[in-house]
Amino acid sequence: MSAIENRGYIHPDVLVSTDWVAEHMNDPQVRIVESNEDPLLYSTGHIPGAVEVDWTRDLNDPVRRDYLGREGFETLMRRSGITRDTTVVLYGDRNNWWATYAYWVFQLFGHSKAKIMDGGRLKWANEGRPLTRDVPAYPATGYQAPERNDKAIRAYRDEVLRHVEKSGRMVDVRSPAEYTGERLHMPDYPNEGALRGGHIPGAANIPWARAINAEDGTFKTAEELRAIYEGEAQTKPDEEVIVYCRIGERSSHTWFVLTHLLGYKNVRNYDGSWTEWGNLVGVPIER
Amino acid sequence: MSAPGIPDKLASTLDTLAMVPDRSDRIQLLIDIADRFHEVPPQVARRPFGEENKVPACESEAYVWGEARPDGALDFHFAVENPQGISAKAMAVLLGDTLSGAPLAQVAAVPQDIVYRVFGKELSMGKSMGLMGMVSMVANLAKKQLAARGPSPS
Repeated sequence: MSAIENRGYIHPDVLVSTDWVAEHMNDPQVRIVESNEDPLLYSTGHIPGAVEVDWTRDLNDPVRRDYLGREGFETLMRRSGITRDTTVVLYGDRNNWWATYAYWVFQLFGHSKAKIMDGGRLKWANEGRPLTRDVPAYPATGYQAPERNDKAIRAYRDEVLRHVEKSGRMVDVRSPAEYTGERLHMPDYPNEGALRGGHIPGAANIPWARAINAEDGTFKTAEELRAIYEGEAQTKPDEEVIVYCRIGERSSHTWFVLTHLLGYKNVRNYDGSWTEWGNLVGVPIER
Repeated sequence: MSAPGIPDKLASTLDTLAMVPDRSDRIQLLIDIADRFHEVPPQVARRPFGEENKVPACESEAYVWGEARPDGALDFHFAVENPQGISAKAMAVLLGDTLSGAPLAQVAAVPQDIVYRVFGKELSMGKSMGLMGMVSMVANLAKKQLAARGPSPS
């Protein structure tokens, strides 16, 4: 894969290479953060100096279906040795699926000094780079966060409904079987947490991992991404776009691609996603 | 007719895990279990593995086989194609160790939610579905074996 700066991204500075991370492992201005789907993975070995952010324990409200509030975010950042001036580099399993999810949550609190390690955990491991089981401890910081601001990058169900009514652009990033509703009715599949299958009317189906090069987990070039999103999903950089999946995690990956790599101005992630929409009474559904 | 109980070895393993409430300790125990993973032996299956053996909904690309013993009980074998699928490997070792050779009626009735007793409830839905799919696949193999053997004399 070509160097990040040669791929035509609008904001290439949001990505760093594994080489860059290797050079900054001991940089006090940088904090490396691993965020995975598999809860065992960090403990089997991680980039030296990396702290873990667990999406279930660290990013969510423990009672309500919502993200952590300002105080919770401050506690997480202070515990991780992160200040407002620290550059946070996120990486993880599953092609950075959960790393981009954490990145998106960090943006709810305006921590703009954040980057994703291109290729994620698997690329680092495949390159034979060091992994350690040593869990680092950093002096607690006095991180001060602003109140969480959902407005710019998070969509709620009523906003999605209005978006549907005006035929706004949407991207459903789930698998084709989830998009058509077929999967909900397939035998031997565990329940997906929704009573109805299908998709939100008007949404194009672009599975999230299409933005990734399968061979090394890096992001595709801007030209390739435009062919997918603008060519197939008919999205445009200056239009309002809402992305969703099942609970908003896969779609945070697509949000990252559209917002940062392609420079879209107004992309929001509907984290209620299908586990909310597929259970709502009376909302429109397409199959 | 009463429902069959959980196989003894599985019940014992779940009891052991319940005695490890600390998350870090539990994770280390599960990693140690995953380290014991052995892939399906070549006399049972070779690549490319069949779709019929692939666990539905498992993102770690897990496969399951049942190998019949002379007495009709099954030995369970697994493959996990995702090198980062540590939880799937731990689950495979647990299921293989505790359900191989167990009474088929009991294996067929193992509930999917043992996944939460093994890993806790802090799992993503996708991860839960994949791990529950492994349990379901093992139970389905036991059901098929029971059906193939026909009704037992009562």
